[in-house]
Amino acid sequence: MAEGVVVKPWDGNSEHLLRELAPQVLGAVIRRFHDFAAAEDAVQEALLAAFLQWPNDGIPENPRGWLIQVASRRMTDHLRSEIARQRRETAVATEAGPIAPAAELEPEMHQDDTLILLFMCCHPALTSSSAIALTLRAVGGLTTAEIAHAFLVPEATMAQRISRAKQSIKSSGVPFRLPSREEQAQRLCSVLHVLYLIFNEGYTSSSGAQLHRVELAQEAIRMTRAVHNLVPADAEVAGLLALMLLTDARRRARTGPQGELIPLDKQDRSLWDHAAIAEGTTLLTSALSKGAIGSYQLQAAIAAVHDEAGRAEDTDWPQILALYELQKHLSDSPMVALNQAVAAAMVYGPMKGLELLKALDSDARLAGHHRLAAVRAHLLEMSGDRAGAIEHYRIAAARTTNVPEQNYLLTQAAKLSDKTGSVG
Amino acid sequence: MKFILMMNTMKAGCEPLKGWSKEDFQTHCRVLIKLHQDLRESGELVSVEGLSFPDQAKLVRAGQDGKPITDGVFPESKEFLASFSIVDVENPERAYEIAAQISAAPGPGGRPLNMPIEVRPVMSGPPPEML
Repeated sequence: MAEGVVVKPWDGNSEHLLRELAPQVLGAVIRRFHDFAAAEDAVQEALLAAFLQWPNDGIPENPRGWLIQVASRRMTDHLRSEIARQRRETAVATEAGPIAPAAELEPEMHQDDTLILLFMCCHPALTSSSAIALTLRAVGGLTTAEIAHAFLVPEATMAQRISRAKQSIKSSGVPFRLPSREEQAQRLCSVLHVLYLIFNEGYTSSSGAQLHRVELAQEAIRMTRAVHNLVPADAEVAGLLALMLLTDARRRARTGPQGELIPLDKQDRSLWDHAAIAEGTTLLTSALSKGAIGSYQLQAAIAAVHDEAGRAEDTDWPQILALYELQKHLSDSPMVALNQAVAAAMVYGPMKGLELLKALDSDARLAGHHRLAAVRAHLLEMSGDRAGAIEHYRIAAARTTNVPEQNYLLTQAAKLSDKTGSVG
Repeated sequence: MKFILMMNTMKAGCEPLKGWSKEDFQTHCRVLIKLHQDLRESGELVSVEGLSFPDQAKLVRAGQDGKPITDGVFPESKEFLASFSIVDVENPERAYEIAAQISAAPGPGGRPLNMPIEVRPVMSGPPPEML
């Protein structure tokens, strides 16, 4: 295998190093061989080889060069067998493939292609599940097995999903270069959306029952941080990174010893990660001063207001309500309206919130959604209508597909039944 | 989103392959195998299992001492679960589409069986930040 003076032993951070190198190595191999799909496979093999060798042999002096070399060798093998196959199939040998000499590689070696790769992997032609899987592999440097494990599907299924995603990219003819300036803003939205989905997936599956899952939330933060470093002037990128940090800061307080959900107002705030909150707040403050306010910045601002409160009762609800009102101008999402009703109830009392919910009953996008029933149950409980609250907690419990949330909602209903003395 | 697609078959008249020609049975199998192969290739199949005929089924309850008491089959049920697939798809509509394809698997004479397929979401981990 590749040589090199070993200068560092393998330690706890080495996996992160490998994952950080992944998109840079992939970019270099694509530039050399002009085949995204095959290069992506070759880099995955090189990463697996490093995972096998480095813990024993130590990290080579130039880990990036090592990975590029191993991946290029795989590419050359792949091209040779492709050419041989074509020869067999066509009988007439055509032009030999684009096997570039190694020297051509060097001048381009220090270009960071992470952004280009993200634009490819999060292309709107892909379904979100394909984009997520491909992004985690090509940009995140995760192995197929790790991604499959994170999403609780067989490795073969995930491998197929990734390979399909690459085929879609190939057939839609997305070139390996930065999109035009006009196109970039729009495409960056898709990238941020995919990173946001990865974060939510990780954030929501971090409970006790799912040990040994890759820390998807951490991976999302790492990749978003990389994008932020590449486009530091973009306020929405900074906003998303801030949102992730401010939300993830509450992770340790969010679940109890049995993995049960602990709602925001009942969390032990001393468990919050105050360094992450400080970093998120600083990022957000500087993003907000840039002028163009977007949805991620507003969500981050709401998270920051929650994080600022030393106790739940100190929460500045009027400010949160004002932020939801701003967000409503940006997007017509019924979820925003639902959250706005909660904030209004906290400011003006539960009757105001319930009144706003009535208007949402006719919204087809929320019909039968468990969140509408859960919020109504919560507001009815606040208003002292126990029977109504029990009924709606149960409706919400029947509709949710999340086990811990269902347990939480049923616990709320049972608690109220105990108080009223009804067996319900 | 993960869904379980449960293929229910009428118990009455479902003695192993009663009234099916060899060719009909082979066509039936081929269609379903192909469908699951396609789902595997599209990266949507989590698992698929066929279940034994109902006369192999036992109903189990724990007795007073906690030991299992097994009962025969389920005389009262008209339908039984013949197989199930778990798929991981983009939205519920896609799960229904796959269920319809399973339902339309050919039976005797190549006519679609139109079996009822029960589709239910598979429960997942906790939701994003809640109240």
